[in-house]
Amino acid sequence: MFKYYGKYTPYLFLLPAAVVLIIFFFIPFFQTFVLSFQDYSNSIYHPAFAGFANYIKLFNSPVFYKVLFNTFIYLFVAVPVLAIVPLFLAILLNQQIKGITLYKILIYLPVIVSIVVAAIAFKWLYADEGILNYLVTTFGFQKIGWLTDPKWALYSVIIVTIWKGIGYYMMIYLAALMSVPKELYEACEIDGAGFLRKHLTVTVPHIMPTIALVTTISAISAMKVFAEIYVMTKGGPLNSSKTIVYYIYERAFENLDLGFASAMAVVLLLIVLALSFVNVIFFERNKYQI
Amino acid sequence: MKKIIKNLPVHAILIFVSLLSVFPFIWLISTSLKGSGENIFAYPPAIIPSDFTWENYTGVWQKVDFIGYFINSMIVAGGTVLLNLILSAMAGYPLARMEFCGKKITFFAILATIMIPFQAIMLPVYLITLKLHLVDSVNNFAGFIGLIMPFAVSAFGIFLMRQAFLGIPKEMEEAAIVDGCNVFQIFTKVLIPMVKPSLAVLAIFTFIGSWGEFLWPSIVLTKESMYTLPVGVNNLQGMFSSNWRFIAAGSILATIPIIIFFLFMQRYFISGENEGAVKG
Repeated sequence: MFKYYGKYTPYLFLLPAAVVLIIFFFIPFFQTFVLSFQDYSNSIYHPAFAGFANYIKLFNSPVFYKVLFNTFIYLFVAVPVLAIVPLFLAILLNQQIKGITLYKILIYLPVIVSIVVAAIAFKWLYADEGILNYLVTTFGFQKIGWLTDPKWALYSVIIVTIWKGIGYYMMIYLAALMSVPKELYEACEIDGAGFLRKHLTVTVPHIMPTIALVTTISAISAMKVFAEIYVMTKGGPLNSSKTIVYYIYERAFENLDLGFASAMAVVLLLIVLALSFVNVIFFERNKYQI
Repeated sequence: MKKIIKNLPVHAILIFVSLLSVFPFIWLISTSLKGSGENIFAYPPAIIPSDFTWENYTGVWQKVDFIGYFINSMIVAGGTVLLNLILSAMAGYPLARMEFCGKKITFFAILATIMIPFQAIMLPVYLITLKLHLVDSVNNFAGFIGLIMPFAVSAFGIFLMRQAFLGIPKEMEEAAIVDGCNVFQIFTKVLIPMVKPSLAVLAIFTFIGSWGEFLWPSIVLTKESMYTLPVGVNNLQGMFSSNWRFIAAGSILATIPIIIFFLFMQRYFISGENEGAVKG
């Protein structure tokens, strides 16, 4: 095809997006590292060079390890559930049954609704005299301090994240299931394979890339949780539900310790980069080929 | 009928999961409709209010400026959508259709932004926004710009539009060139009308993401009159401390617009064609 555009035209088209990405993405990206070597305790506008002081403080802080531990608990509980349950639901919805659109709408509803509203709704379910504790006591157990007991708070928050994510990952799986050839299922049925066998031998191998994708996306989202914790527990009690992003927020905007918070942000950055890197290298390489 | 019976276990599971999905909202609605004569902590809990009332809605409506929050959310989400459409389409076009020096680097630079979460870089973003005076303490307009700009374009949008432009046959452009169109006319008159479906997808998912955004507005906003709906809803907890009837009514009120939006646009969300479009 002949060239119909001027020499500078491509750059002209790219310019607006480039300006936004440079100001609000690339500069902040490098600045995060710079900030983590600075001391903001005297002035937010005139920081002093701090060397590795923030990192030393960070790695000597017991709260940091607690927060890191909580974040990985979040990861290890939420990710397997979000990789498996939505797949199961998608398989059920990937057939001709009555009311399928209604089921999809209802299960997708939590995805659409603001996480703040979702967190408030769950806070109300978790209330000390609330409906969940009514159920618990009806079955003869002791009341649970869902959000007030350090043993439970983190898991109660994780449940909200899972509840809000199921519909989203289910739709990703449903799209992938459409590409599985129907003949394979028919062949399976002729061989007399049951539900579990059929899906373990046909579905799962076929949509392995999607399972991997869901695992990475949900892992990265788990690293980024904030609103659930902010609305329901503020990281408490006793830091038991505090995760990385909430801790960054707290140190930066409540304690105004930007240097320390940035050191924490660098840790977050490295973890997420590692997770994304694995994803791009193994699963999305083809999607973004030039 | 026979089929329904055969599928009974499937329906049972799906009904159960659907109930789990909506129950937190049902319980919130139920609480919001209970009058002061009814104990909202009653054992056993009652789903149907015995002392039915709209008072909590009228009460919270008088005390909280929902219209204001709604307008703020509309301005922020609307502005974010508009900028995303324009900037993504403009950036996606040369990446799909032109050869230029530095194309590969540009491409990978944009790809890299996918891997960097906003949460990890939000502190410098905040400092930059302060330095550019894009905060509500300067004036409301600056406040809105500050809420919008960090999300004005995304790698997802650029790649989506690039993909859409790649799908257009080159003959379309060649015909336009023969007709004497310049590159800007080709872009606006020939290509943009052909990528409308992708623009619609981008608009809808950007809107949902922006509408629900909580972290950034709760960092930069200082004035209550600038609150978006999520920030306003969170603020209900402080305003009405333990008045759960009001908190419930306010949360439901704030949720109605997005539910209506979802029901009108549901085919975009549950058709399965736009998988993975909402940011996780």
